[in-house]
Amino acid sequence: MHDPAPMPEVQNDEEVPLLGAQRLGFSAGSQRLIRDIDLTIRAGSRTVIMGANGSGKSLLLRLLHGLIPPTEGHVEWCERPLDTAARNEQAMVFQRPVMMRRSVAANLRFALSARGIRGAERAAREAEAIASARLEHLVNRPARVLSGGEQQRLAMARALACAPRLLFLDEPTASLDPASTHAIEQIIDQAHDDGVTIVLVTHDAGQARRMGQDLVFLDAGRIVETGPVAQVLDAPSSAAAQAWLGGRLYLDPTHSSQT
Amino acid sequence: MESFTAILAEALGLILSGDQAVIDIVLLSLRVTLTAVVLACLIGLPLGAMVGAFRFPLRTAVIVTMNTMMGLPPVVVGLVVYLMLSAAGPLGPLALLYTATAMVIAQTILVTPIVAALTRQVVEDLNEEYAEQFASMGIGPVRRIMALLWDARYSLLTVALAGFGRAAAEVGAVIIVGGNINHVTRVMTTTIALETSKGNLQLALALGLVLLVIAVVVNGLVYAIRGSATRAAYA
Ligand SMILES: Nc1ncnc2c1ncn2[C@@H]1O[C@H](COP(=O)(O)OP(=O)(O)OP(=O)(O)O)[C@@H](O)[C@H]1O
Ligand SMILES: [Mg+2]
Repeated sequence: MHDPAPMPEVQNDEEVPLLGAQRLGFSAGSQRLIRDIDLTIRAGSRTVIMGANGSGKSLLLRLLHGLIPPTEGHVEWCERPLDTAARNEQAMVFQRPVMMRRSVAANLRFALSARGIRGAERAAREAEAIASARLEHLVNRPARVLSGGEQQRLAMARALACAPRLLFLDEPTASLDPASTHAIEQIIDQAHDDGVTIVLVTHDAGQARRMGQDLVFLDAGRIVETGPVAQVLDAPSSAAAQAWLGGRLYLDPTHSSQT
Repeated sequence: MESFTAILAEALGLILSGDQAVIDIVLLSLRVTLTAVVLACLIGLPLGAMVGAFRFPLRTAVIVTMNTMMGLPPVVVGLVVYLMLSAAGPLGPLALLYTATAMVIAQTILVTPIVAALTRQVVEDLNEEYAEQFASMGIGPVRRIMALLWDARYSLLTVALAGFGRAAAEVGAVIIVGGNINHVTRVMTTTIALETSKGNLQLALALGLVLLVIAVVVNGLVYAIRGSATRAAYA
């Protein structure tokens, strides 16, 4: 978006994964919440992660983004260990957007300043982000009084303002109406066109088809199925994905087969 | 003894006529207390913010200590400061005993734990809300503390006012280290104590009324700040 030629060397080389996870696991106490995750995210791809409530989607995003250290395995960024510098090339929009107690514009400025972007450059990026999220009429409004959809758009704009190479989105449209959902999807599309790699968690099969290329299906902290979105949604091979798509996979995935 | 209404009338007369003694005492009180609160904020805000925002060994012990010190008995603080500043004490050569500075020192010691402990709580709650977002954005420790203090500004203003209220109403510490010397270290609370015992109830009540008005104004400010912060969703 802000980079005239975003990472051509990575985009041309399909073999170099942007993000990779090997035998990734996370346990809390005796509970293995995430286990045996092997995942490769190619530069420029759009990956959709689906799975029942509590299957570990948000936890997996946190692990991939480096917000919590895994208890097993590891995450690599461009085939190197994931560190703070690497995380600064990624951005995440959380399931519940965190709005600072400041105006819309000040929320954006804070994110830009944190990356050392100041002065005219910062003003330009701020204006661009506000325009892309169509928040012009709300710039001076306290961010926390915005509606859910407006907050979500601001969270997207803030994440993209720092020109990440990869964007994690955790159910960005979960409680939004169709128009707001469409606005968010447009922002995602635009970001992808600008070269941003997308990792999207969603419960919305329609959105998965519209936004995704590859689908990763999680069940009880494990990847049970991967493949092109249409293939997995139309002809799921795993019992968990079949059950979930049929509306039969409930809160506790381990008991779902009986229902 | 005169009737209460007669004393009240004379006390109001003292205030409304702008009695110089009353004005001097009120101004000195405000000067001492405001200076102490500013110093307490300079120490307590960063201290409380750091304890609230970072994990470190013995953190719980520090928090328990801060919370305990919130309730320090003013006379004990006065006594300790007196011992420090008295001619034989370690700070004796500074000759600060029975000066306004001594009162500022005692009140700062009383108010700093209040500011620090309340700040810690406010900042810790806010940090919990912001922590993941900040980690995702790669926010460093200094920027994090500054952002937390700024975003908690309304709550912290009420924290400072709570400290002011405590210092303004306090009598035990300032009377010990200030000595209640006319025109030098005589503040509202010490004068009320002294003049009441001397039977000069008009002056005591006049100062008591001023103190009450200040308390009302402070609480009114806290209420107004909370209200406007809530309306802007900044609380
Ligand atoms: N830090 C943690 N410590 C212990 N348990 C955790 C932790 N984080 C998440 N969990 C648990 O891990 C499981 C997966 O949580 P997660 O938030 O990843 O689910 P999810 O797939 O995102 O669900 P939803 O669709 O409801 O958002 C849940 O049972 C949750 O309670
Ligand atoms: Mg989730």
